[in-house]
Formats: sequence, structure tokens, C-alpha cells
Amino acid sequence: MTRIFTGVGAVVVALFIYVGEVVVLAAETFASIFSQKIRWRIFMDQIVEIGLRSQLVVVITGAFTGAVFAAQTFFQFNKLGMGSAVGAVVSVAICRELGPVLTALMVTGRVGASMSAEIGTMKVTEQVDALRALAVHPVDYLVVPRALAMMLSMPLLVAECIGVGIAAGYLVAIGLLEINGTYYMANMVRWTQMRDIVMGLSKAFCFALLIVFISCHKGLTSREGAVGVGKATTEAVVDSSLAVLICNFFLTMALNIIFPAGYQ
Amino acid sequence: MLAVRGLTKSIGTQEILRGVDLDVPKGETLVIIGRSGGGKSVLLKHLVGLMQPDAGEIWIEGQNIIGLSERKLAAIRRKVGILFQGGALFDSMTVEENIAFPLREAGERDSKVIREQVNEMLEVIELEGQQKKMPVNLSGGMKKRVGLARSIIRRPSCILYDEPTAGLDPVVSDSINRLIRRLQERYHVTSVVVTHDMKSAFHIADHIAYLHEGRVYFHGTSAELERSGDTLIQDFLLGRSEGLP
Repeated sequence: MTRIFTGVGAVVVALFIYVGEVVVLAAETFASIFSQKIRWRIFMDQIVEIGLRSQLVVVITGAFTGAVFAAQTFFQFNKLGMGSAVGAVVSVAICRELGPVLTALMVTGRVGASMSAEIGTMKVTEQVDALRALAVHPVDYLVVPRALAMMLSMPLLVAECIGVGIAAGYLVAIGLLEINGTYYMANMVRWTQMRDIVMGLSKAFCFALLIVFISCHKGLTSREGAVGVGKATTEAVVDSSLAVLICNFFLTMALNIIFPAGYQ
Repeated sequence: MLAVRGLTKSIGTQEILRGVDLDVPKGETLVIIGRSGGGKSVLLKHLVGLMQPDAGEIWIEGQNIIGLSERKLAAIRRKVGILFQGGALFDSMTVEENIAFPLREAGERDSKVIREQVNEMLEVIELEGQQKKMPVNLSGGMKKRVGLARSIIRRPSCILYDEPTAGLDPVVSDSINRLIRRLQERYHVTSVVVTHDMKSAFHIADHIAYLHEGRVYFHGTSAELERSGDTLIQDFLLGRSEGLP
């Protein structure tokens, strides 16, 4: 019994230490943003890496999620004679949940892994030590440009995913499922409020912070050569994905107080 | 210039440094020798604040660097250059960008000034015309030279070398030794060199310290080291492994 408590206790302590380290990294990053010079060239490179190179992934994710969600909703709603309500459901769901969460998961897999691997490789090949030895703080040089680029890119990517998802849902509903386009649009516009979009974009910003700080932390604490970098990369993706999914629930509950769902 | 007092460091359960004391006067070259895994590189990393000791003091130009935050250490690090064992070049940058990195970070924006200084460094390290090469296309010796150029472009008053000739053939090793000597003569820098290449040590050292079991076992001139009748030192100098565990 003691062994079980000791084991559980050790896991809880390790979790608190890990979360603490990520929070300290985030605090150092924000302190650096306001007190140190910002490397705008690296920031622009990261905008290209995070924003531009994620286009295909985000468009495909948004399009097929919107399409399949429209179809599934129609199959259920049509039995109740509510086919024209599909647009409203698809739109609100994509704005509030599917757009931000799926975009965050895709960006985690594509960008979080790459950040962690790149910084991890720099760590194990002493390039991070070289930065420090050259009087350059690794947070200023490696984390700040990535964090800023992520904070700017993620809401835009989510907005894109939402737009593409709604458009794909519309095309499937009108083109394949033969729902009346006028009622579809009317319901969608009536039930989708600005607060739904703001909620989605707020979540995008929070997910951006989770992904960038977890991934950079994993890279900066990477050890044991190539194996260590591989492990750090895997952990960055898994931890970021779990953090996104867990935080999404709490964000939904909290943001629903500020931006309540439904027509009012 | 540089003084170490009672430096101790353990990693996990292993005691790496057990009370190291060293002094390096200004303009002198101290070579630290010792068996592999003896803590030489760990000691070197402490000298530039890349590792924090469990106890002890490190004084650089009259300032104890132990306990300083990463940001406060930056001022000290501008006075101390370090050559890493593998060069530690930024692999996403060309040779030119690597060498120019400290200048750009110091706020230099004039590309003509940067180019002139990079060319001067390339001449010092005898790698003229290699500006556009990426680190992946350089040999081990070339990487170390570029790493050295990057360390000295802002004229530090002290340079630390971590195994500058490790993994290099004798000819390239000799060229690195000559380069270190040339830098000492040209810029009058204080140098600390970690190596177990005895030919290199005798070539460049003003003083030699032998690190054994986490302590300075011997500290003296090259001649004193060669004359030493101590079995441990003679075994190391002659590369004898009899009697070792």
C-alpha cells in the first residue's frame, strides 16, 4: 500500500515540477518580450514555418471535418425533419470546438514536433551552450520568436479552418444532401454569433501558448543524443495534444460564461 | 585574471570535481590534462557559467561568477570565448553567418564592417574563401577553426578550448596548435586548454595542471611535468595502462 502511495506521489510531484518548469519558461518568455530586443528576422522565418507551411494541413483538416460533420448531422436531423438546421450546428460546432481543437492538434503534430526536434538537436550538439557562451539567452533567441509567431499564426489558422469547414459543410449540404440553401444559410447566420468566433479565436490563442511552451521546453531539456531528441519530440506532441484536449474542456466551461452559446 | 577556489560538482551520485583550485594569470596559457572522464570538460564549462557547481568560487577579472543569473553572466561571457569540442557551429547558418553572429548580436548592422571583420578572422584561421559553406560541408578541423573565429571575433580577454585537437589527424592538430599559439601572440589572451593530447599540451602551455580524481594533482611548467618522478604522471605521459583498474 505504501508503495502505491509513494509511486502515485512521485508521479504527482513530477507532474507539478514539469508544469512549474513550463510556467517558468512562459514567464521568462513574456519578461523577455517586454524587456529584451526581439529577433524580427527569426520571427518572420517562424511565421513562414508555422503559418504559411501549415496551410495545406489546415485547409484539408477544415474541409473534411466540415464536410463529414455536415453529413453526419444531416443523417440524424433529417429523421426529425430538421435538415435545414444542419448549417447552424456545423457552423457553431466548428467555431467553438472543432476548428480550434483540430487545428491545434494538427499544428502540434507539424510545428510542435519540429520545434522540439530543432531545439533538442541544438541542445545535444552544444549549439544552445554556444548561444549562452556568446552571451545570448536561449529564451530570447529560440523561444520568443517562436512564441510570438505562434500567438499570431494560430488564431489566423483557426479562422481559416473555421471558414473552410463551414464552406465545405455548405457544399456537401447543398450539393450532395440537397438541403435548401436559403434555409441552410438563414439558420446558420441566425444561430452563429460573433461570440462563437471570438470564443474559437480565444481558444486558438491559448492553444498556441500551450503548444509553443511545451514543445520548446521539451527541446531545451532534451538529453542523451539522438535517442533523447526523438523522445523529446514524441513527448512534445503527446503532451501538447493532451494539454490541448484537457484545457479545451476548462476553456469551454470558462469561456461559455463570457460567450454563452445559443441564440439570444 | 581567472581563479578557481574549492570547486566541487557531482552529477547524479558521481563526484566529478572534489575541490579544484587553480590560478591563471593574465596572458598565460594553462593546459589542463587528465584521463578521459576526469572532469576536465566539466571544469571548463564551469569557467564560463554553463554549469553551476555544488560549492566553490570562480573569479574572472575580480568578479565571482557563481550564483549570477543567466542575464548577469552575459557581461562576463563577453570577456570569455569558448571553443567547444565539436565546434558547436549553428548548423542553419553559413560559415560567414556563424563568425558574424556575435557582432550582429552586439548590434552591429553595417554589413561592410561585418564583412571586413569576418574576412580578417578567416585570414587568422586560414580559411579564406569558405564564407558560403555550411557547417555540414566542413571537416572536423575546419569546424573547430570556424568555432574559434566565432569565439574571438569580439576580442575576448580569455579563451577556453575544449579538446581542440581531439579527433583530428596529426597535421591538422599541429595547425590548430599553431593557430592557438598565433592567437596568444597576436591578441595576448589568457587561455585555458583542456586536452589529453600531450604533444599539443607541450606545444602551447605556459603551465600544465593534471586533473586526477576531481582534484588538481599537479600544477607546474611543461619542464617540471616532464621531470616529475611521480608514477601516475609518468604513466599518463607515456600512455602506460599497467596497474590501472
